[in-house]
Amino acid sequence: MSVTLTGPAVSPHADSAGLRTAFAVATGVSLLPFALALAGHPVGSGWTAFAIAFVPFVVFAMLYIWATYRDTHPGIKNDDITRGHFTGRRTAGVLLGVVLTGLYTVLYFQGEWLQPVFALTDPLSQLLRDRPADQWFLYGFLYTLAVLIMGARMFWRYRHNRYQLFRTASVMFFQLGFAFLLPAFLLAMQQPEFYFTYFWPLKPDYLYPSYWAWLWQQPGGVGAFMLMFGVAASFVLTPILTFYFGKRWYCSWVCGCGGLAETAGDPFRHLSSKKYAAWRFERWSIHSVLVIITALTIWLWVGEGEAVQTGKKWYGYAVGMVLSGIVGVGFYPLLGSRVWCRFFCPMAAILGIGQRFFSRFRITTNGDQCMACGNCSAYCEMGIDVRAYAMQGKNIVRASCVGCGICSAVCPRGVLKLENGKTYADRYDGAQNPLATLLRSLKNP
Amino acid sequence: MFGRKTGGRHVVIIGNGIAGVTTARAVRARDKKCRITLISGESLHFFSRPALMYIYMGHLTERNTRPFEEWFWKKTRIERLQAWVKFIDVDAKRVDFAGDTASLTYDQLVIATGSKPNKFGWPGQDLERVQGMCTLQDLANLEAISDDIEHGVIVGGGLIGVELAEMLHSRGKRVTMLAREKNYWDNALPEAEAALVGRVIRKGGIDLRLATELDRIEDDGEGRACAVHTKDGERLPCQFVGLTAGVSPNLSALEGSKIPTGRGVLCDFSLRTQVPDVYAAGDCVEFVTPEGERNVVEQLWYTGEMHGEVLGRVMCGEEAVYDRGIWFNSAKFLDLEWHTYGEVPPAGRETPDHQMLLWQPDDADLAFRLVLKQGRLVGVNSMGIRYRHKVCERWIADGLGAEQVLERLPEGNFDPEFYRRYEPAIVRAFREQLR
Repeated sequence: MSVTLTGPAVSPHADSAGLRTAFAVATGVSLLPFALALAGHPVGSGWTAFAIAFVPFVVFAMLYIWATYRDTHPGIKNDDITRGHFTGRRTAGVLLGVVLTGLYTVLYFQGEWLQPVFALTDPLSQLLRDRPADQWFLYGFLYTLAVLIMGARMFWRYRHNRYQLFRTASVMFFQLGFAFLLPAFLLAMQQPEFYFTYFWPLKPDYLYPSYWAWLWQQPGGVGAFMLMFGVAASFVLTPILTFYFGKRWYCSWVCGCGGLAETAGDPFRHLSSKKYAAWRFERWSIHSVLVIITALTIWLWVGEGEAVQTGKKWYGYAVGMVLSGIVGVGFYPLLGSRVWCRFFCPMAAILGIGQRFFSRFRITTNGDQCMACGNCSAYCEMGIDVRAYAMQGKNIVRASCVGCGICSAVCPRGVLKLENGKTYADRYDGAQNPLATLLRSLKNP
Repeated sequence: MFGRKTGGRHVVIIGNGIAGVTTARAVRARDKKCRITLISGESLHFFSRPALMYIYMGHLTERNTRPFEEWFWKKTRIERLQAWVKFIDVDAKRVDFAGDTASLTYDQLVIATGSKPNKFGWPGQDLERVQGMCTLQDLANLEAISDDIEHGVIVGGGLIGVELAEMLHSRGKRVTMLAREKNYWDNALPEAEAALVGRVIRKGGIDLRLATELDRIEDDGEGRACAVHTKDGERLPCQFVGLTAGVSPNLSALEGSKIPTGRGVLCDFSLRTQVPDVYAAGDCVEFVTPEGERNVVEQLWYTGEMHGEVLGRVMCGEEAVYDRGIWFNSAKFLDLEWHTYGEVPPAGRETPDHQMLLWQPDDADLAFRLVLKQGRLVGVNSMGIRYRHKVCERWIADGLGAEQVLERLPEGNFDPEFYRRYEPAIVRAFREQLR
């Protein structure tokens, strides 16, 4: 009788486990310069301080990601997510949530506390914007860094899936180019710091009369161009692109909030609530925000006085800071990566109405091949119970779907496909009469 | 028979898998009044059995695998009972349970008890650490001993076998798979595809041993498996043995009852057993066929669902006969997806009537096959490229010729947007083969 133990060395993680731990620790240690700066002992000054603060962190974070995926085969990599320290709603995840909400609270309400840290980015700010850094520059820089690093992670993780590759490249491009570099360049050119990837009502100022008046006064007609771009983006570009491609053209290809959710938020998709009760809450909450910001904008145009200014200020606090930042990003490890987009974003509400009633986009299901495993629903960051449709072989046409394509990627039976049809009318019973269907759904919310 | 007017009847369904649940929903859709009770000893909750692997791998929580929230059962007024059936008295129309659960009487009874893993009398097959992967209990058992497993041996090269291998492998265990066949699962796949899946399994780090049979499982002296011996005389030390050599109908609930069984619960094609008011659905059914034909047992999620839909109609007095239609199935072997439609003869089962067109690139784990009979399309087999169920079904139903299919091939592709399209290469290769 022979004794053999000659199978291939198959433990999938053994080779990389040590490397991953080493790089994780190194990434953590790389945060030391920030702690020292906050304690009043910055390491070096100028570009030296900048490099010491950021280069080791970026390098080790990328090495950690590389070690994670280097010996894997192309394909879905969701092993251990439900049990992960950060991804399984365990202590580490809760702590991360506390840290993120804390950082956002400080940023919005006590930004000057961050002075020693944003001073580290001063040379970059001077280079790009021709002015000293402030907490908002630091925020934009870190936000962009998060999108780029975690975007690189997406490239490794979904290297078998070209939809994910293209989409991730797109959000990285728009964040870096249009939400970080271009506004900085405009400032350096003494022009308004304008974000061409944010429109009313996500960026409500762009239709506020006071902002218009200010833009209009800018020399050289650049402000006037921005003003007209803002109007066209909200009322022409958005409906047309949504008609042809659905909400996704914006929410998971262009938008900065979406960009962060699709990259840094990728490990947390499965944490969104799939309960019917959450869907009911979502319909009320998101449309309420839309109604409020629409009313507020109209009021700003027709009314004057203290009350409307107070309304504007409170909308900024409640929606702009608390819901989109503190809750929206801070709760990633608790409620998933799309809390803001799903429950509160008024832009998503408009895009959603377009997608639901006036669009060619749908997710189709492949006949009877669904076996109800629930991967699609679990990994839907918007909390859509995709499986409920797939089991019935029905198209998924939901206002909230951002078209991230992950349901289709994780389906082990190849059941789901994101498609732009040749018409809007064949998506569901009643799609032929979008207005009538819309009115009906208003009557029975 | 039973119509809407006979409200108040009690429908008792043993088994809350896809067949039992589909039957319950189909009955409720037609009869708002009757009382429906779904019984399972395994779990109070309906869950997706094919998703068990994802719980172990940490992709899904157990809750994720439940298609319906609690309110669904209230809304549809389907009562659920967790209990093991001990005895079915068809004369008294009564079901007795183990433990102190009170007996239930029924007006109509459905047997939907599913499958259990095959055991072929191997010495040691009942030792500890030897199990199949069918139930939540199997999963719990595996989880309980998981930390002690360094090397697992899986016996049987079917779909559950590769799933179990993937499960263990995801936790860093060494896995050896023993398959009797010359190529992986070649009693269901054509040779080229079977060989491809074998390569994918090996590339994934699983030690696949083909044409290798289990001889016996060795006892460590304390009633636990500690090694597997193959018929070639090899000894494979291991801490876990997975038995995945197929499944057969689970008839344990029927012991001592008067419901006639063969391999499964004997049924006609309307899912009626040979006892009045007793029906069956899903894996446990054995369809009685006319003289000279082999009886049919179907053990798929999809067929279980179709049985349930037909049975719901039959139990509500409609004339309905089960016809599984054009065959379809799908699976995923590690990262390789598989769709099959219609008639695709497995290795060695081709007849001279079959004309096979096969495309297989050298540089990627893909395969696409069309099967023609007398020049008409009868089957489609796709590995690594998603194909549309309804489109392929229509091509087969319409009996398209080879050239007609090639012209329409891009319509069938279901891969995500921006994926590389292989249809031009496939069409070129097939035109070449047709010449």
